Amino acid sequence: MRVEVLIGAAGCCRVLGVLAVVLAVLSVTVRPAVVAFEPPYRIVSLVPAVTEMLFALGAGHRVVGVSSFDRFPPEVANIQKVGALLDPDLERILSLQPDLVVLYHTQSDLRKQLERAKVPAYAYSHAGLRDVTATLRSVGNRIGIAARAAKLATDIESRIDAIRRVSALGPRPRTLIVFGRENYALRGIYASGGQGFVHDMVTAAGGQNVFADMKREAVQATTELILARRPEIILELRADPIGPDEEKKELAVWRQLASVPAVANRRVHIIADPRTVIPGPRIVEGIEVIAAAIKRQP
Amino acid sequence: MTSLARRLSLTLLVFGGLALAAIVLGPLAGSTSISLRRVFDSSVPFEGNVDAQIFFVARLPRVLAGALVGAMLASAGVVFQGLLRNPLATPFTLGVSAGAALGAMLAITFGASLAWIGMPLAPLASFAGSGVAVGIVYFLAQARHRGLSTNVLLLAGVTMNAFFSALILFVQYFADFAETFRILRWLMGDLDISSYQPLLAALPLVIISFSVFGWLARPLNLLSLGPDAAESRGLDVTLAQRAAFFSASLATGAAVSVGGPVGFIGIIVPHLVRLLVGADHRIVLPASALFGAAFLIACDALARTVMSPLELPVGVITAIIGGPFFLWLLVRRT
Repeated sequence: MRVEVLIGAAGCCRVLGVLAVVLAVLSVTVRPAVVAFEPPYRIVSLVPAVTEMLFALGAGHRVVGVSSFDRFPPEVANIQKVGALLDPDLERILSLQPDLVVLYHTQSDLRKQLERAKVPAYAYSHAGLRDVTATLRSVGNRIGIAARAAKLATDIESRIDAIRRVSALGPRPRTLIVFGRENYALRGIYASGGQGFVHDMVTAAGGQNVFADMKREAVQATTELILARRPEIILELRADPIGPDEEKKELAVWRQLASVPAVANRRVHIIADPRTVIPGPRIVEGIEVIAAAIKRQP
Repeated sequence: MTSLARRLSLTLLVFGGLALAAIVLGPLAGSTSISLRRVFDSSVPFEGNVDAQIFFVARLPRVLAGALVGAMLASAGVVFQGLLRNPLATPFTLGVSAGAALGAMLAITFGASLAWIGMPLAPLASFAGSGVAVGIVYFLAQARHRGLSTNVLLLAGVTMNAFFSALILFVQYFADFAETFRILRWLMGDLDISSYQPLLAALPLVIISFSVFGWLARPLNLLSLGPDAAESRGLDVTLAQRAAFFSASLATGAAVSVGGPVGFIGIIVPHLVRLLVGADHRIVLPASALFGAAFLIACDALARTVMSPLELPVGVITAIIGGPFFLWLLVRRT
């Protein structure tokens, strides 16, 4: 009986094998559209946030070129770098024979050049937190996986809503969000104003931006302004990692503003985490990191 | 009392009063309103006294920085104009500021990898950069002549300015977006130093250059007659030129390391002062230093309040006031 089963199985396999060959021939000769996905097949992304989206949507294998600032996911290390916002390398982009180039909407020169080369482009612009999932949907739409993108976007939105619901229950401490300043000095401080995804992220995480009234993305914050606004929490966001010694020294710099509640209560936090500064699909984790820092007690 | 002494004391009285008034009134202006009674209320500990912190941490260092930078740039402008015998010379003509800018830029762009040094790098690097620029220009001006040729000095300076500007663009190409932004901001000048430490660090340089300026007043008067005439009246021309070049460069480098390359002070203030007190360097030099201090404090007060709570870079204000003034000066002269 065992022998019969074996023969039967072998016969079955042979039939299946023939069927597969027929299907394969059919798919090549009769219906090329049977392939797993639609164009574009070769995407160049100059926008790190969109690169992350493409990988999160399972379209990472289609990415043939990324910007020189792309670090995530780790696979991008092996992908050609083609410059960035200010220095896109048109020759290298064209040499990759892309059928879609994702670029910043401000890169109008590059867009014109690509147009002349008949390479389609997707112009990216970022604004608030809402635009992250909007971009995700439209990118998915553009590369022919709208349903998957819509599902991921809805998933991200509901996770953000969940964080919002939790943080709405707690206090809303006045928060100063620092993008950058000179090393080891309170000079040239750039902070988030009341616009942009970072402001939205901190708001979702339960913070109340001290510069919410200034309707711009970045504000030059003088020491006087910081003293006057009395933030209860100071968050310094950076994309690059920071060593423990350096962190200790950088935190100590704030001590000269002793009357600021955040300084007095040791609630100045340096968050060296790219997830908090790249408006990509990891934005939820970024908000969670910020929420944890806001809740952290000294 | 000789007439010079009388004029000098009158000038010091008027311009000194102006500078003093600026230093006293400067800290009262700002984007927030503070109460002076609370600032000096000793019953509240300093750590908890917001008004006192705004006054002593945010405003006073800033006003003092304005005084220092304004005084140094204005008097360096006088010295360079006297040395080069060119009314259009500024402290930045000979490449000092471009060298300083390149230094600051390198510190900002590659600062992250040098973070282990553990101190702010931009001021140091800008001072070093201005030193390099001064060294190169001096070497060039010295090479073809015994002594200093002011023509070669001027040409070498202008060329170094262009060369350093090219290097700045080169470095900027490697900077990321945020760094580029900070570099640009540095170039506009910023007096919000938020501690007294940069002032203390610059103080020795200020004292050295001002002492040399004190000695330079008479030699500059003689130089204005031309090097040959000055020589025939017993002036060691080469020594005077060297002293003028190095002291004015030192003052400029120190000023730029504190506040960035704040433009136009070094040209408007000396000319304004000459219109008021005449051309004698013994009066123009101290008057320019005092008026430069008052002028920059006033410009900074304007920068802090005109669009508050947003703040304009002080270099923008001095340029907006200085540009038209400079043009008027040009037209008036022809």
